Amino acid sequence: GQTPASAPAPAQTPAPSQPGPALPGPFPGGRVVRLHPVILASIVDSYERRNEGAARVIGTLLGTVDKHSVEVTNCFSVPHNESEDEVAVDMEFAKNMYELHKKVSPNELILGWYATGHDITEHSVLIHEYYSREAPNPIHLTVDTGLQHGRMSIKAYVSTLMGVPGRTMGVMFTPLTVKYAYYDTERIGVDLIMKTCFSPNRVIGLSSDLQQVGGASARIQDALSTVLQYAEDVLSGKVSADNTVGRFLMSLVNQVPKIVPDDFETMLNSNINDLLMVTYLANLTQSQIALNEKLVNL
Amino acid sequence: TGSTATSSGSAGGAVGKGKGKGGSGDSAVKQVQIDGLVVLKIIKHYQEEGQGTEVVQGVLLGLVVEDRLEITNCFPFPQHTEDDADFDEVQYQMEMMRSLRHVNIDHLHVGWYQSTYYGSFVTRALLDSQFSYQHAIEESVVLIYDPIKTAQGSLSLKAYRLTPKLMEVCKEKDFSPEALKKASITFEHMFEEVPIVIKNSHLINVLMWELEKKSAVADKHELLSLASSNHLGKSLQLLMDRVDEMSQDIIKYNTYMRNTSKQQQQKHQYQQRRQQENMQRQSRGEPPLPEEDLSKLFKPHQAPARMDSLLIAGQINTYCQNIKEFTAQNLGKLFMAQALQEYNN
Repeated sequence: GQTPASAPAPAQTPAPSQPGPALPGPFPGGRVVRLHPVILASIVDSYERRNEGAARVIGTLLGTVDKHSVEVTNCFSVPHNESEDEVAVDMEFAKNMYELHKKVSPNELILGWYATGHDITEHSVLIHEYYSREAPNPIHLTVDTGLQHGRMSIKAYVSTLMGVPGRTMGVMFTPLTVKYAYYDTERIGVDLIMKTCFSPNRVIGLSSDLQQVGGASARIQDALSTVLQYAEDVLSGKVSADNTVGRFLMSLVNQVPKIVPDDFETMLNSNINDLLMVTYLANLTQSQIALNEKLVNL
Repeated sequence: TGSTATSSGSAGGAVGKGKGKGGSGDSAVKQVQIDGLVVLKIIKHYQEEGQGTEVVQGVLLGLVVEDRLEITNCFPFPQHTEDDADFDEVQYQMEMMRSLRHVNIDHLHVGWYQSTYYGSFVTRALLDSQFSYQHAIEESVVLIYDPIKTAQGSLSLKAYRLTPKLMEVCKEKDFSPEALKKASITFEHMFEEVPIVIKNSHLINVLMWELEKKSAVADKHELLSLASSNHLGKSLQLLMDRVDEMSQDIIKYNTYMRNTSKQQQQKHQYQQRRQQENMQRQSRGEPPLPEEDLSKLFKPHQAPARMDSLLIAGQINTYCQNIKEFTAQNLGKLFMAQALQEYNN
């Protein structure tokens, strides 16, 4: 069932009269939040599937905390109802989902919650309070799916108390730095998925082996031409020289190994021979099993 | 691994048969369309929970549109269920799907995914799981995700289904050589690969643009790395193991054939001797010896089940295909390096 919140109608700072159990204290893990792209894709997907009449969706963020940052690796959406003066969040559902998720990844903790939309409303404060009961110092993530200012801004906040001590305290959401973390394989997945931006009906197929090599070389070629352009601009005086970039360029050029042509020939030939031999063996094996199949079925 | 996702039979509201047009000889699914989100989730699941040769599995959710299977979401399946005695796979699935239904996620079971180690996935367990899935839901597929190949530079995701012929054989559960010969199944006709396309919604595209702007450029270009011996070595090792198994299987089969033919000869000889004796006895006026049941004397040998050798052959085939792809790529890269070097000189 849903647990309705009794929100006071003129909700300016509906803060608790005494400090909440988890709000005070510095933010554990520094001020950096590292997001994985799977979270954002999940949030956007839940937003697209929201109920009729719901302006935004909310959900729980799961992940791990370490000394320097907070890494958000998973999320799930939580059904909720929001109107002018009331907000109701299905916390039972959230608990259940968390238990199910824990069975797969026992290391993930509840880190906070997310909401689509670009503003922090009064209801957000209440929902944030719910989540403070689940996690110490929860973070709040907003993903602007309404595309205000023509961009999908992604921001993270943590709440801090403010106000005159001893009187009613208010709650302020202070922003955190958001960084994107990728596993290597995730990076490759995202690169592939990104290609749908360029195709007319947003559909792409998976490419064959040599096409992939071609694609990767094209990317390196682009990167090289950018660097070359920069070097030419500096030489012609259009752009002022930057020492750090110069040092990088220097190490780049020094990394190209200088090999005697004969050595290179031998290395190349031996590698090619290895690969050709393996191809030959693979083909041989395949014909062997085909032959075997024929013999058995005689 | 003990935990296979074979709970499709219990998926109450999960048969998406209404829209699928299953042709009698033709496959029901011509194309698989995957949402970008599913790809990311599968990658993440392996990255976090998979180690070494263990496989990670999960369930695919989606719907069927004409002859296309659309996969819109997925959720992972916990491993290590052997340790936890009171873990109920079916219950986990049902609860997950019920919860997802609340947030409007497609709750139709359309298949399952599994990670693989260097391409070894043609096993009995996979066959059984896919059979039970396809039996319950005609359009289901199994997605095989190869994390090692993906880490080398390009996403390796393939969708497989059992061919209708193999479905028939599995239904009969008759794996003797005669049955398979009748159905004319070779290892190439066991699994069919369904082409995959990836589709994103407009909003996800916006997200992708946003990410591209904000994230650092990838600094690892694994795809262009020239080092290949490690990968080749491991693949060849696996291939050799399989070929060994195959040759043992062939020896077994040959022994069986030899024994059967020897037995036939012995039967023949016995029959002849019997006849001779009977003729002698008749000439002497004695009653002929009773006809004995030959099949009791010469018990027919058990024909070895052919399904395992088919699977091994299929696996060898997959390994060879992967190796050939890999060597083709590397040859291309080597020739490119050669061209660059010549240019420098």
